[in-house]
Amino acid sequence: MALSFLEGNEAVAWGAVASGCRFFAGYPITPATTVYNTMLKLLPPEGGICMQCEDEIASIGCCLGASMAGMKVMTATSGPGISLYSENISLAIGSEIPIVIIDVQRLAPSTGSATRGADGDVQFLRWGSSGGLPVIVLAPADVRDCFTLTMDAFNLAEEFRCPVFVASNKEIAMTRESLDLDHIEKPEVIDRAVYSSGDGFLPFKVYKDQVVPDFLPIGDKSLVRQTSSTHGPDGYITTSPDVISASQTRLMNKLNSTVNRYSFHETSIEDSDTMILTYGVTARAAREAGETMKKEGKPVSLMVLKTLWPVPEELIKEKTKNTERVLVVEMNMGQYVNEIKRILPDKRIGFLGQMDGRLITPQRIMEEIKNV
Amino acid sequence: MSSLLNKSRPPVFCPGCSHERVTKALDKAFQDMGLSGNQIVMVSDIGCSGLFDTFFHTHAFHGLHGRALTYAAGIKMARPELNVVVTMGDGGQGIGGAHFLAACRRNLNLTLLILNNFNFGMTGGQFSATTPPEAQVGSGFLNQLEKPLDICNTARSAGSPFVTRCSSYEKDLDSKIRNAIEYNGFSIMDMWGVCPGRYTRRNKLTPKVIEQELGNFPQMEGEVKENKRMEYSEHYREIAEGLEPLTEPVKMEKQFEPPEIGRKGVMILGNAGQRIITAGEILCMAGLSAGLNATQKNEYNITVLRGPSISDLVLSSEEIGYTGITRPDVVFALSSEGIERRQGMFKNLDETSLVFKVPDVEIPSCTADVRMMDLKGQRIKSLDWALASLAVLAKNERIINIAMLKAAVEKRFKGKIQESALDLIDRVKI
Ligand code: SF4
Repeated sequence: MALSFLEGNEAVAWGAVASGCRFFAGYPITPATTVYNTMLKLLPPEGGICMQCEDEIASIGCCLGASMAGMKVMTATSGPGISLYSENISLAIGSEIPIVIIDVQRLAPSTGSATRGADGDVQFLRWGSSGGLPVIVLAPADVRDCFTLTMDAFNLAEEFRCPVFVASNKEIAMTRESLDLDHIEKPEVIDRAVYSSGDGFLPFKVYKDQVVPDFLPIGDKSLVRQTSSTHGPDGYITTSPDVISASQTRLMNKLNSTVNRYSFHETSIEDSDTMILTYGVTARAAREAGETMKKEGKPVSLMVLKTLWPVPEELIKEKTKNTERVLVVEMNMGQYVNEIKRILPDKRIGFLGQMDGRLITPQRIMEEIKNV
Repeated sequence: MSSLLNKSRPPVFCPGCSHERVTKALDKAFQDMGLSGNQIVMVSDIGCSGLFDTFFHTHAFHGLHGRALTYAAGIKMARPELNVVVTMGDGGQGIGGAHFLAACRRNLNLTLLILNNFNFGMTGGQFSATTPPEAQVGSGFLNQLEKPLDICNTARSAGSPFVTRCSSYEKDLDSKIRNAIEYNGFSIMDMWGVCPGRYTRRNKLTPKVIEQELGNFPQMEGEVKENKRMEYSEHYREIAEGLEPLTEPVKMEKQFEPPEIGRKGVMILGNAGQRIITAGEILCMAGLSAGLNATQKNEYNITVLRGPSISDLVLSSEEIGYTGITRPDVVFALSSEGIERRQGMFKNLDETSLVFKVPDVEIPSCTADVRMMDLKGQRIKSLDWALASLAVLAKNERIINIAMLKAAVEKRFKGKIQESALDLIDRVKI
């Protein structure tokens, strides 16, 4: 066995390259900068492109252009950069442009604390773009997840032609960790479906049984139109309520109705009426709390979500069937707990949150469980 | 070649709008160059100039206000063979100012056509970055307070190698556009025109007035000699071709048995300049050489050359969950700044905890087994204390041993640095 010693951000970059990503554009920001640093080492010698842009708006803009030209693209930033991405995120949603966005979360609000972790962007990633249509958000708990979930993120972005976020956290991104790279289970790489029916290409036409239009790159023999305007299948602006309603519904359903296929999670059900539900770096403390309590003869169940959005509702309902009490633990002042309250109205939902730059400890989690 | 105008979507500008002339001249330029639609990408943003992409049978990317240059840059880097033409108004030029400057500096082979009609036509004739202070516009008196931007001068000083200022009414507009598109580098055209829908309702601006006004500016047409240089994407590819590919991340084989098993937490409390982070990495790699798992969390100030520098390290024969350390097994106290930052931790220590401290720092009182480590007395410099601490740990056969430490140093460092690190490890006395 051979171990490597990587930080989460490096693992993200290696995962991206393993997925066939050959275009990165970014702007330096702690704690995301080392994604860019690593991409800058990896891409140029591979014939790939790594750009440092004038700001975050340009970074995501360049990515969207390159994605429409057929490349797999990624950008990485932290909360302040996500704010600047917002307008282009809604472009990627509405105009169905595949892109992977790494959000290495740091303590907010505003510029907050550059070198302290938090999971404070969890609702922001879901709702921080105009129009309110769904996005996919995956949440790694460790360096291995940073590698594999980035690959999953690319696969989902390609398959569903949408922005996919990896909601990392300074505490994973800049923490180095041993990893056996030779024995990582990697998902098979998926590429976007390419239009192959000859002439008559319509950039947003969806055929029967499809939820996503076939893709041709800008620069193809057939002409390709991309637009930020509300558009019909031909990619021209439309005012037809029927056409608009059909496409909005499709943009909603293509993710909400498929999330069962990519509801990543790690769950252990114990003989207990209580479950800890968490995600991100906090999962590690929760796991330890769970192990200790099991040794003490008071086991609790544990659910670690790795797909946060769309909310894997069916999965959560199914796994909490025999649970009376769910303790949601997150590194913020209470965000995802609202989703859990929404989908489990009949259960007792507890909350443990903390946003002071420190990790939530296993002890705090155990105290919270024992106190109630 | 035939016209690339989209017959089913003819221009929809107000009667007399100068954009119409630009549309025709651009089509003529495409024809004269013998281009077919799939060799061209029209990139546009918002406003009346943002309609351009719909008038042509070409590839098209219509995006957010002021951001057209960013999409264009991504497209061009991905597909350098395409002719990428960006249309923007003076509105997009203003809101996308940073992208404009960056494009001039970058010199990617894009053509930027600025359809400059001195106001925001679509939203009601508000003032833009180019509106003269004496104009009557939809922003009340506010435009009187600001100086209009000289687009061409700005482009020139920002490094654009091709700058043309002209009227949209010039007879040879098509050949000027063609020159811009054919130029191998970033080319911009500041094309002055009229907006009868908004601007000329209250301001006298005719093709003739434009011509006169242009006479008051220094002439700018075509290449800017002092900015001539290699095109960005060609330059990028030339340099990238010569780069060595990065091989896999470094791997550490299991070669040794660790002196201790279970989970161990180590904290190195130092300050900037003591190479704390590097030492932390070496300790973890030493662990890897005995098949231990390891995590490293670092804490330092944004001003990297000042203040505390702390590394929290966990080595474990099991998988590591929680990466924080509440009660470390070993603490190295190397600087007061580092100690101060973690003051509260000392009360968690008990008799099983080991603290190695250098003589000139104070630590809060605690029940740990505190040992002095007189590194200065051994003539070891402060910047080597962190690495020397690892040698102390290894010589005490705690968590790591000397073979593990040396294996890590040999993997992490090369040449002279490796030699002096190995020498330091040998020199340290306990
Ligand atoms: S508002 Fe002005 S710029 Fe827009 S189409 Fe009318 S005349 Fe042309």
